[in-house]
Amino acid sequence: MISEIQGLLGPLWPLVWTLVKIVAIVAPLMVGVAYLTYAERKIIGYMQVRIGPNRVGPLGLLQPIADGLKLMFKEIIIPTGADKPVYLLAPVLTIAPALAAWAVVPFTPELVLANVNASLLYVMAITSMGVYGIVLAGWSSNSKYALLGAMRSAAQIVSYEIAMGFALVGVLMAAGSLNLVEIVNRQHGGVFHWYWLPLLPLFLVYLISGLAEINRAPFDVTEGESEIVGGYHVDYSGMAFAVFFLAEYANMILVATMTAILFLGGWDPLFPFAPFTWIPGFIWLLIKIAFVLLLFLWFRATFPRYRYDQIMRLGWKVFIPITLIWIVVVGAAMQTPYGYLIH
Amino acid sequence: MIKRLKELLTSLVLIELVKGMALTGRHLFKRKITVQFPEERTPMSPRFRGLHALRRYPNGEERCIACKLCEAVCPALAITIESAQRADGTRRTTRYEIDLYKCIFCGFCEESCPVDSIVETRFIDYHGEVRGDLIYTKDKLLAMGERLESQIAQDRAVDAKYR
Repeated sequence: MISEIQGLLGPLWPLVWTLVKIVAIVAPLMVGVAYLTYAERKIIGYMQVRIGPNRVGPLGLLQPIADGLKLMFKEIIIPTGADKPVYLLAPVLTIAPALAAWAVVPFTPELVLANVNASLLYVMAITSMGVYGIVLAGWSSNSKYALLGAMRSAAQIVSYEIAMGFALVGVLMAAGSLNLVEIVNRQHGGVFHWYWLPLLPLFLVYLISGLAEINRAPFDVTEGESEIVGGYHVDYSGMAFAVFFLAEYANMILVATMTAILFLGGWDPLFPFAPFTWIPGFIWLLIKIAFVLLLFLWFRATFPRYRYDQIMRLGWKVFIPITLIWIVVVGAAMQTPYGYLIH
Repeated sequence: MIKRLKELLTSLVLIELVKGMALTGRHLFKRKITVQFPEERTPMSPRFRGLHALRRYPNGEERCIACKLCEAVCPALAITIESAQRADGTRRTTRYEIDLYKCIFCGFCEESCPVDSIVETRFIDYHGEVRGDLIYTKDKLLAMGERLESQIAQDRAVDAKYR
């Protein structure tokens, strides 16, 4: 079947096949995003002793679809003072990196779109591009709230990028590789071989700065409904807004996936013996991603928003020193006879 | 010094955050208290001050004698009454209107009424679709009274000993 199509398309085949693979990643991701919003509303609702959406379909399961339809039919309003081309470009610039980063994410040792050598570096580079979309959105809206949100976002992402980068330096020291597949393979052997344990401070720093990086609660000063009425996307409506929304949640899943891959052993089963090894690796990865996402929702239901200067203090004065110290600790430990404990 | 060190340690192990998450985590499994509104309703007091109604006596005679006490007491000036003598020599209203846009649902009209004619019912599911729909005329108020009479009477009976 596939070889017939291959023959039919001739030289176009690699292009088509790559597109098929991209769709195979992006389509489930979009479904994941839709149901992540549902899970978020449901779980936060439950934590607040309410039920959450339950009207559209059984248990409210069709709610994300109803939301999507509503957003599609709404008008995209462009403010009079807005810089129109930039205003329309900004959502695209936000979602493009959020999707592009998925190119190198391995789902199983074989199932990865592009198994490049420096995939960790690629993810770091691409995810930090997302801030351009946010800054341009805030700037082109020509509104004070949007501009404030954008400036906060830029400062926050730039500061937390450093702590995050240092946390990842610890991982690549332990793994001795920038390749995500290799990093997961090095963690093989059950929960106590995963990097979260030897790199515990880096794991926590990565998790928290990941939250800050994607502007999630409690670091959502970019949106800050109570202070700057929605931040950088305050003037967006309809699908333009929905694209920002998709990007935010796609980034959220991305950070959860990276956490699962870098610190929670990716597709490695919880324990390396019988009942756990029956479950395929891909399912293990999904379970871990779901767990980290649950943590994100749980954080949002629990913690109040940080004050802006506190965010900056936490990033620069707490996280960066902690990561630096732990990198030194890891480096020193690797020189001792006990280095095998780390890698 | 030791105190500061202790503080530093407790904040580094995130103990407070874990405590907070334990709290929300417990609430995740608590029984939910949501009231599914159109199907379920919260309990309502017999004294509830909802939509107004004009009552009639059991023999069908309207209670209102156009004394205009309600019009006088109304703090929002929402009631308008015009009266005339009827063929049998009694005084009755020819116009009795409550402007629900102005009404503040204080219940003074009901309290001032000497013949228990104007009452506030427990009915709250009403709306207006065109301008003026929420100015309730005498006909509308009497119809509401006929419709809800059994509940109105029951609520007055329950509340009688406190009046």
